[in-house]
This record gives sequence, C-alpha cells and structure tokens, in this order.
Amino acid sequence: MLDDFMTRATLGGIGVAVATAPLGSFVVWRRMAYFGDATAHAAILGVALSLALQVSVFLGALGVALAMAMTVNALSGRTHSMDTLLGVLAHSALAFGLVAVSFLQGVRIDLMAYLFGDILAVSRLDVAAIWSGALVVAGLIAWRWSALLTATLNEDLAYADGIDPRRERLVLTLALAVTVAVAIKVVGILLISAMLIVPAAAARPLSRTPERMVLTAGIIGSMSVLVGLRVALVADTPAGPSIVCTAALVFAASGTVSAFRRATLASA
Amino acid sequence: MSLLDVRDLSVRYGSHEALHDVSLSIDAGEIVTIVGPNGSGKTSLLRAIVGAVPISAGRIKRASGLILGYVPQRLHIDPTMPMTVARFLRLRRGATRDQIASSLSRAGVPDVTDRQMADLSGGQLQRVLLARALVSRPGLLLLDEPTQGLDQPGSAAFYRLIEEVRRDTGCAVLMISHELHVVMAASDRVICINGHVCCHGTPDVVSSAPEYRALFGSGTGGALALYRHDHDHAHGHSHHGHAHSDGATCNHAHPENEAAD
Repeated sequence: MLDDFMTRATLGGIGVAVATAPLGSFVVWRRMAYFGDATAHAAILGVALSLALQVSVFLGALGVALAMAMTVNALSGRTHSMDTLLGVLAHSALAFGLVAVSFLQGVRIDLMAYLFGDILAVSRLDVAAIWSGALVVAGLIAWRWSALLTATLNEDLAYADGIDPRRERLVLTLALAVTVAVAIKVVGILLISAMLIVPAAAARPLSRTPERMVLTAGIIGSMSVLVGLRVALVADTPAGPSIVCTAALVFAASGTVSAFRRATLASA
Repeated sequence: MSLLDVRDLSVRYGSHEALHDVSLSIDAGEIVTIVGPNGSGKTSLLRAIVGAVPISAGRIKRASGLILGYVPQRLHIDPTMPMTVARFLRLRRGATRDQIASSLSRAGVPDVTDRQMADLSGGQLQRVLLARALVSRPGLLLLDEPTQGLDQPGSAAFYRLIEEVRRDTGCAVLMISHELHVVMAASDRVICINGHVCCHGTPDVVSSAPEYRALFGSGTGGALALYRHDHDHAHGHSHHGHAHSDGATCNHAHPENEAAD
C-alpha cells in the first residue's frame, strides 16, 4: 500500500496535521506566530549542516530548531524584546545556512525543495519520522494539557495551582522544534507557519472549548491535505502550496459563516 | 498553628526592593485585609505567597495540606481562546460537574455555566474567578482587589458574599482592598503596608494608629488621602531597619513601582 506515492504523501500530510492542530492552537492563543516562522527559518542552517555532516536532514533540522528554540526561550525578556530577538536569530541562521550551503562542494541541493517542501517525494522512512514526531508532539501536549491551558490563561493563576509557567513554555518550544523538523519535507520552511496557524484560526469561530478547537483544527488540516493533494494531482499545481490554499479557503469560509451568524443573532 | 506564616519576607525586582522584613500570619477562618498606597507592595506580597515572584529573603510557611484559592487582580481572557465558564472551572484537577455547579451558585452566578469567558461582564467575571477559587475547597482565599471595576452596590454585594463564604466554608481570607470604609467593617484584622508593615491589628486599632493616619489621613476612613500618596509620615518607633532620608521622617514614595502594583 505504501508503494503508492500519493498514499505516502497523504499519510505524511495528515501526520503533520496531527502535530500542528494542538500546537497551532497554542501558537494562536499565545500569539507566537512569529516564533514558528523564526524556528523554521533557522532550520535551513540545519539542512546545510546535515548535508555537510552526512546525517539525515530530519536530524539536522531538528537539532538547529531545538537550539534556536531554547536560545529564544532563555534570552527573551532581557535586553531585547522577543520579536527583535527572533528577527536577529532567525535571519542570521537563515543567512548562515545559505552561506554554508554554498561551501558544500560536489553536493547539488535543490533549495526549492526545502523552502517549499516536496510532499510527493516523501519516502516510507519519512512517513515513519513524521508520524513519530507527530505522536511525540501530540502526546507531550496531551500530557501537559491542563497545565498548558492554565499557564496560557494567566501565569499567576498557574503558580497558585502549583504549575510552573516557564516549564510549560519550554514544553511548547520543544514541541514547536519537533514539528518544524517534521514538516520541512511536507510543506517546506516557508509554509510551516501556515500549517500551524491557518487550520487553528479557521477552527476558532466553530469552537466553544479549547478541546473542540484542537479537534476541529485537526479535521480542517487533514481535509486540506486530502483536497490539496487531489487538486495538485488533477490540476498539476505544486502540492504543498495547494494544501495551504485549501486551508486558507476554509479559513475564509468559517470566518464568513460566523460573521453571518453574528449578524443574524444581532438582528433577531 | 497558623495557616500561613510569613517571616521577614523581602521581595526585590532588580535593584528595587518592593517589600522588606514583612512578617504576618493568618489563622483559620479569619478575614485579614491588606491596605496601603499604590506601589506599596501589596500585590507583590500576594504574588510571593502564591509563589509567582521569587522571594529574596525570609520565608513563607504554609500549613501542610493547605489549599490556596487565588483570585488575581485582573484576568484578561484572550478572545482567541474559546473557553466556557464550566471548562474554565474544570481546569482545576478533579472538579466534578456538581462541584462546579455548586461553586457557581455559591458565587452568585448559577446561570453562566455555558457562557464564553470572554463575553462575561466585569462583575460576572469576578464571581466566576471566585467560583474557580472555591471549587477545590480552599483553606485560604487570596483576593487581589476583587472589586476593582465594580460599582458601589456591586462591591458591597461582593464583600457580603466573601463573608458568607467564610461563614459557610470556614476558610480564611487574605485580601487587598482600596475601599477603606468597607475594609474597616468587614475585616477581623487589617495590615497596613508600605514596603514594610506599618501597623496591624483590629480595624479599631489600625484606624487610630498614627502610622495609618499618616498614610490615609484621619477623616472618615481617609479614603481620599489613599490616592493622594503624599505620605511623609513619622513612625514613633525605629525598628524598621531601613534608611530614612532624615532620621525620624520616612518618605515612602515608590513611584517606580506604580505599574507593578
């Protein structure tokens, strides 16, 4: 069954949606959208390093994304504001990554494949890596669920309940690094944030509790993978961007529906 | 033994000392109110007790098994997070549907169970926060200006509610308040702080203490003086151990801490 490239692509894409649904919801709630971008940009340095050291791209990207996430976590709130710090680190890592790539002699790498992903080239091993990563992320968030929600609502309330908000922030940061490493192959560095934010944002107007929002985001993400891949096959469009376009259309539709519903309620 | 015993507590933010040498204790079932001008370290004291700010000296001892119910000064629920009132109360581990319903009706808001947190009015939100604190049957309620943003009848009703809760559950209450006339009527003990404990005792003792009068004036509770913040006052005793600008007179203005309070 896994011999078919479409099957592997579908499984890989849904694996990413499983990780990004809970994590993306926290990214939306905590206003960390730029954090995902920055971690993803830094991952290009990981790609270059892993090619130079001849280890798997997944490991290289994971290592650099982790280092980046921990650095930002440790430095934030000191001399520079979070967004300045992220800007400096993300773009420096991207620039160093691109320079490092140019030193790789005899290795021709298709940079486009990493920037935009190549979901149709996902191998069996990639599917295994994606699902392992996704299950780690989903498990981590499920394990810390109540503590993460409380810390997101109010840090003092968390302290009073015996929860350390700094530890919960670290959990999210680590999960973000794993997700970025996992999603590079599928949607590429430039579109990872889209998979984090767009399904969660589309799910918001349709949800009344945090759990429902995560579930709905997972369904929207998975549907976008299915529809996007279908469109890519039929219309010969690039696969990763087609998935994101589908999710964006769902976002527009859910926003319109909820605006319409509010207007009806207001006039009733 | 006391529920809570604070000894020689100091809290620093960088080079600024928000609190120094604060000692107090809370016994079971009593209502204790903290008063003090803006920037006097009231909120820092409560946050130190719940463990949200590190203490730089001294110690805080809780009775073993003491459950804290904390109501923060402000709670901004970001509208990006969908959250019903019932789900919010269930965030405390192991809260059952019955406990949630009885906490909400205890707090006087039995009908908001399925409402979104972001849609509540200020008064409803305060009561929901109180209900959340009550869910786990706390031995000590910590309230940081719980009536902020409520009108006068609303805040009077809220303080009556606190007394009822104490009467029915037997929990002790430590709260911060700006409303001196209410404080004096509703508290068993009052602690007046301004970076340190200026004076403490029953409402009668405190309202006639020279330290209190210097901070808040001597009129009808001195409610206006509280906001004027021009309290160069003399302490009749010299055990505070901090440097005064000119001997007996201490100038306690902490303008840099206004935002932290």
